Amino acid sequence: MSARSHSKRSWGQRLVILIPYLWLAAFFLVPFLIVFKISLSQFATAQPPYLPQFDLDEGLAGLKEFFSELSSANYARLVSDWLYLSSYGRSLAIAFVSTAMLLALGLPIAYAMARAPRRWQGVLFLLIVLPFWTSFLIRVYAWMTILQRDGLLNQALLAIGIVDAPPVWISTDAAIFIGIVYTYLPFMVLPIYATLERMDETLLEAAADLGCPRWKAFWLVTVPLALPGAIAGSILCFIPIVGEFVIPDLLGGSGTMMIGQTLWLEFFNNRDWPAASAVAVVLLALLIVPLILFQHVQARRLEQGG
Amino acid sequence: MNGQHQSDNPVTTRSGDPAASPLVRFDAVSKRFAGVTAVDGVSLDIYPGEFFALLGPSGCGKTTLLRTLAGFETPDSGRVLLNGEDLTRVPPHRRPVNMMFQSYALFPHLTVAGNVAFGLKQDGLPQEEIAARIAEMLALLRLEGLEARKPHQLSGGQRQRVALARALVKHPRVLLLDEPLAALDKKLRGETQFELMRLKERLGLTFVIVTHDQEEAMTVASRIGVMNHGRLVQVATPSEIYEQPNSRWVADFIGDVNLIDGRVAEKTTVVTTVATTPAGTIRAAASDAKPGDSVAVALRPEKIRIGREVPPASLNAVEGEVAAIGYLGDFSIYKVRLADGFVMEAAAANVARVIERPVSIGDRVWLSWATDAGVVLTQ
Amino acid sequence: MRRGLSFVNVTALALGLAFLYLPILILVIYSFNASRLVTIWGGWSTRWYVSLLGNQAILDAAWISLRIAFLAACVATVLGTLAALALVRAGRFRGRLLFSGLVYAPLVMPEVITGLALLLLFVAVDIERGFWTVTIAHTTLTMGFVTVIVQARLLGFDRSLEEAAMDLGAPPLRTFMTVTLPLIAPAIAAGWVLAFMLSLDDFVIANFTTGPGARTLPIHIYSEVRLGVKPEINAICTIIVAVVALGIVAASLLTKLSGAKPESSGAPL
Repeated sequence: MSARSHSKRSWGQRLVILIPYLWLAAFFLVPFLIVFKISLSQFATAQPPYLPQFDLDEGLAGLKEFFSELSSANYARLVSDWLYLSSYGRSLAIAFVSTAMLLALGLPIAYAMARAPRRWQGVLFLLIVLPFWTSFLIRVYAWMTILQRDGLLNQALLAIGIVDAPPVWISTDAAIFIGIVYTYLPFMVLPIYATLERMDETLLEAAADLGCPRWKAFWLVTVPLALPGAIAGSILCFIPIVGEFVIPDLLGGSGTMMIGQTLWLEFFNNRDWPAASAVAVVLLALLIVPLILFQHVQARRLEQGG
Repeated sequence: MNGQHQSDNPVTTRSGDPAASPLVRFDAVSKRFAGVTAVDGVSLDIYPGEFFALLGPSGCGKTTLLRTLAGFETPDSGRVLLNGEDLTRVPPHRRPVNMMFQSYALFPHLTVAGNVAFGLKQDGLPQEEIAARIAEMLALLRLEGLEARKPHQLSGGQRQRVALARALVKHPRVLLLDEPLAALDKKLRGETQFELMRLKERLGLTFVIVTHDQEEAMTVASRIGVMNHGRLVQVATPSEIYEQPNSRWVADFIGDVNLIDGRVAEKTTVVTTVATTPAGTIRAAASDAKPGDSVAVALRPEKIRIGREVPPASLNAVEGEVAAIGYLGDFSIYKVRLADGFVMEAAAANVARVIERPVSIGDRVWLSWATDAGVVLTQ
Repeated sequence: MRRGLSFVNVTALALGLAFLYLPILILVIYSFNASRLVTIWGGWSTRWYVSLLGNQAILDAAWISLRIAFLAACVATVLGTLAALALVRAGRFRGRLLFSGLVYAPLVMPEVITGLALLLLFVAVDIERGFWTVTIAHTTLTMGFVTVIVQARLLGFDRSLEEAAMDLGAPPLRTFMTVTLPLIAPAIAAGWVLAFMLSLDDFVIANFTTGPGARTLPIHIYSEVRLGVKPEINAICTIIVAVVALGIVAASLLTKLSGAKPESSGAPL
């Protein structure tokens, strides 16, 4: 069918492509172009709060004037202001570290799931997925209660006697890491599990038969085979973590902000839409390589039919 | 050669009239996929009432050719005609042919009855007629009582029969079978082959089967088209294909064969003498090869006798040493190494249960065969 | 080698699941706390559930969220299914790479970027912000998830089933309706549920694209939570968790009862 449809596509087939394409173009592609345009504009106390505004009535002259007033001043500010640079750096650092933590935690869990008896695997799968279905906000909120100064974690620590005075959890980087690892864990476990689950059991038997001890077989056979899943899981976690807002906002401190918070602040508190747009454009540029990688992984996994 | 129709096989006698007009005609059909030619200018006529087999190794284009008849592939060039009518641009759902798929392609969300009824519903037949025809077809295929089952509740053999019933219930002009028995085990496959032949005779339909299994093609088909690299290399009855292969490739593909290279020394109307072969000078059946031509003599192992005594001079004969023996129960295969190292294969039926002095490895033996046993192949 | 769990495996699973479930469990338990202080246990009580029933703002927000989620999930399911069909079945077409990029990018795009971009679009074309803009935003956000689920199903789909239908006389559209659609229906349903849950859950994009009169439940919860931990929030969270858990268990029981093979419904990716 694909060979035939190549030369002659019916109207029905065209619509199948066109309808979602137009939707995504209108509500995902065009908005980014607008963000880019506004990032070159200037902040103004107006409604909407930026200049220049493009006025169709003024024709070509208006267009010329419009372009002449665009400037890269916002970007210059991003590079020169330490606040932004440190914010980007902090976001990337937190994303790297938490992705590594997620890998370290996710791999053994996924491996244990894949090794479990077949009839348990469905239940285990469900158990890992279930928290993902409960509200993201709720999961972050749950940790707010636990990590409070007089919260359950400190109550427990004091009761066991590990600490004498309650340590501070909330408003620290530790709280951010806990929140991120907690909410993103299923996204790391499931892709790894999906690759390991397909793994041929006899490969490990073959390794054992060839004289490879069990721990070594894990490193030489299982881990390389889990790699595609681990890469997919890492990208899947890394990209949204870089732009994370809710977790640092609710669990983190008031010191250095992650870039998502900076964007939020510029937009909602300072109402500086051009600055927020410039922050978004640079963030997108930073994420473009992992995004392309993600697109590549997805396409390879899901589009063999084409 | 293509499209020649032979009527000497008993199965085709009822309908195998060479004067009859063909039911299906492939007219110089070609199909390429991403630069690979799957079907390369195939012309072929299939006559009413035939059980025609397209036989060839995987990737030879036989399935693609079948799919141009079903309408799933449009030829890049050439035409497909049914009863003289050009089908080339007709979409599959408007073609009066039906197909039984290799995977059976039973609708998993429909029952057995629902699957068989599917095609009749598309024709908008009245409810009573659909019910009657389903009942008739299920009875014919011994599927009564399974109407309400879903495909996953059936055995492999039952699934295969449902797929057959679903295709047959529409009374197709031609029934297309794409490797229909590949998923069955050997014993069931044998039974089903005879079942297919019975059904074809009973319903008086024309069957076209695609298979890579030469035994299956030989068993069921009245005529076989052997395909290789997108081309039809020989179209003939099963016995002709086996006994009169027209090329080294066909001889080698169908059954076991000794191919002995040599040069034609002399020819008469009944005998072709081939010299300078590893087995000396061989007298073989008449052929159109000219003296001096490089040829191969194709010799089936079962046509070679093996023994310790010197054979009579009227036979071709060569001496050698037994290098290996394969015991197959009904037959034994002997690999015999000749003086210059060439290995020939001979097959002998194990007629006696106990043999006093069996031929064993290392024995010196004579291989002998009649003049008409060898076929001279020029290509 | 025996399939089974070593001590290390069991430990990894137990700790992992404890880590995932303990916080939620604590949240649920403390929603029944009689004390106003969420950290001190004051005995069992359902008073926060009762006070929730009287809290009109929360009920309104929940009602708006449900309506948005329902609409967005329906539209996203149609669009996402079409996109999956285009990606798996249409072969090569002009702009295919851009298309697949647009489909997959929302899955991982930081929500602050998507939210900002959509808001600026709505401002540029001067649409009044509120219920409909959030619905559009959530449709855009969730359709990619539907696509991924339906795509996986279509890839495992035996094309000869469609060929068989056509061979038996069904034209292309009828083949789609009678064979393809029923067979990919479980994936489409799973996609709808996922889209619904994601819309119900989203705070960041809703906060960007909303306007007066369209305060969704997550926006409400967030603004309450910012001011500190409150037992009413525990109560509403418990209700959401209970509804979700019941829904998932019911869905998995249904698929088991209907004898169908379990879908990878929960896995968005």
